[in-house]
Amino acid sequence: MENTLNSIIAAAAPLVIMTMGETITEKSGVVNLSLEGSLRLSAMTGFAVAFWFGHAFAGFAAAAVVGAAIAAIIAATSIRLKLNQIAVGFVLTLLAADLASFLGDSFVGERGPRVPALPIPGLSEIPFFGKVLFDHDLVVYGSFVAIAVTWWYFYRTRPGLNLQGVGERPEGAFARGIKVNTLRFWYTVLGGAMVGIAGAAYSLDIKLGWRETLTLNLGWIALAIVIFGGWHPLRVAFGAYLFGALQVMAFQLQDVFPGLAQVLPIAPFPLMILALVFVYSSWFRQIGDRYPRVRNLLGSEAPAAMGTVFERE
Amino acid sequence: MRAAAPTLIAFAAALAAGIVLLLLVGAPPLEALWLLVEGSFGSASKISATLLAWSPLLLASAGLVVTFAAGLWNIGVEGQIVIGAVAATWVARSLPGPGWAVILAAIVAGAVGGLLWALLAGVLKTYGGVHEIFGGLGLDFVAAGLVIYLVLGPWQRTGVASTSGTDIFREEAWMPSFEALGTGWPIIPVALGLISVVVVWILLRGTRFGLRLKAVGRNPRSAALIGIPTNRYLLGAFAIGGALAGIAGTVQVTAFHHKLVPSVSGGYGFLGILVVLLASFSAVWVAPIALFFVAISVGSTQLDLRLGLDSAFGGVLQGLIVLFVMIGGAWSARRASGEHAARGEP
Repeated sequence: MENTLNSIIAAAAPLVIMTMGETITEKSGVVNLSLEGSLRLSAMTGFAVAFWFGHAFAGFAAAAVVGAAIAAIIAATSIRLKLNQIAVGFVLTLLAADLASFLGDSFVGERGPRVPALPIPGLSEIPFFGKVLFDHDLVVYGSFVAIAVTWWYFYRTRPGLNLQGVGERPEGAFARGIKVNTLRFWYTVLGGAMVGIAGAAYSLDIKLGWRETLTLNLGWIALAIVIFGGWHPLRVAFGAYLFGALQVMAFQLQDVFPGLAQVLPIAPFPLMILALVFVYSSWFRQIGDRYPRVRNLLGSEAPAAMGTVFERE
Repeated sequence: MRAAAPTLIAFAAALAAGIVLLLLVGAPPLEALWLLVEGSFGSASKISATLLAWSPLLLASAGLVVTFAAGLWNIGVEGQIVIGAVAATWVARSLPGPGWAVILAAIVAGAVGGLLWALLAGVLKTYGGVHEIFGGLGLDFVAAGLVIYLVLGPWQRTGVASTSGTDIFREEAWMPSFEALGTGWPIIPVALGLISVVVVWILLRGTRFGLRLKAVGRNPRSAALIGIPTNRYLLGAFAIGGALAGIAGTVQVTAFHHKLVPSVSGGYGFLGILVVLLASFSAVWVAPIALFFVAISVGSTQLDLRLGLDSAFGGVLQGLIVLFVMIGGAWSARRASGEHAARGEP
């Protein structure tokens, strides 16, 4: 049991970091649709750079730069040129994915450095919880920090409040003297860098090495999990762990039920759709009117200004 | 299309970026670019292969012009091609009778399959509150899962089940090609593709449905205010787009693979989105741009065979072209009309 929980938490770590990044981006009102491509290109770059320098850290840094650069293109073309974020994000999805295949071709089959294991002395000795939570490496601890800091920043700090304002009511935020587009740009870049770090985690930590199908569909799944989680860091994290559990289950069931193992990884999408339909249904609205706490717990509203361009009038 | 000068500059910049990438991996750039041309138009059989790949891309792109006109991001187009292919495969496997009847039935079945799959995304959007991007993506995944299930399960190859696909169809269920110059020419697929583009062009230019659909796409709220039943028009756009994508699926299985394979869509759905973005959502430019893009795709397989490069270079070049032309167009529009120029909106 504790070993299974340990693997689920480790398997979900990159997904947690990526979904926190996208949650930050979308909360600020920008959609970075390019995750599927960003993830693949940063996984490839991370591996290649770590391979050259012989050190995993260099790979993570390079991957963060790649993710941030792609995000910067989306934010800049949206803010400066008023280009549609979905259109640019979609083109970058395909472009980055193909770029990864093209440039990474010669790295397939190579073995690179890995992130060293780092059980926390003392804490990892605690029965049960020590194994589950504290017998990991820096990527996993980073994923814990990402959840905690994102939640704290959103709901307990002034800048976090401004971040939400920029995504919900940019006009109001602007009237209060907040630089809407500057904030959006940097939060998108930050989110993209986190996607990049997740990419490197796949090629340097989860699996050791690069191949085209390494991160297949995980970027799309991350986008689905952010919606499933209703843009709330804790619920998004829950979605990521749920998917981690599906992955570990699929892996363990591979030999017994090969068919089921094929189906489990696509489960998040039907689940997301059902969740969205459920929350939208009149039945749920009635429950929500009667029990506001249920609505607060399960309801999900996209940031009102998500995907729109803000212009000073 | 946009003004010519910025488009050409953007196009040249994309090509230059492609050349830089080729140099980066140590490939001879001119030879590589020449292989793209030679690999797609270098001989009669290569031209025929390019035309055969052009057809499903035309069909999918024509359908996407309709959904974009309604303001919809039909990311579900890949799944609609796949379900069209599944329906056509079912006909090809189970319907007895002469070839022309089977092919006709396969085309109808493909259209119906794609249409229903698209309507599912449409109903989720209009009545379920699920944005079409995510409903469509989800249905793409479900369709892909369904094909894998069919190929490994009920429709597995005689002998051993394998992801390489079903058994080859019997020859009556192959879309006939026209023999000339020592190779078969995909006359029917190309005709289907070109007709679909013309029909879509007429539909959006000259019919009441098309004009009102575009009104819905521009501003759904004001369209509803002047009495247009918005949801019905959105579903109509999904239906047309899905039916055309489904026929693309029929072409893929009856004219190209002659069996059902997991990668049956060939990526033509997503490539179609790039084509329509580059065509500024207009049907007029779809045919030449689709031919150009498909030539890059077909030609790039030669890079792998002759230079040992990954054939993904074709996709890189397509992506760079669309990205640069979009940015170039928006840039010049911004300079021309100050701050207020929105580009890239469907």
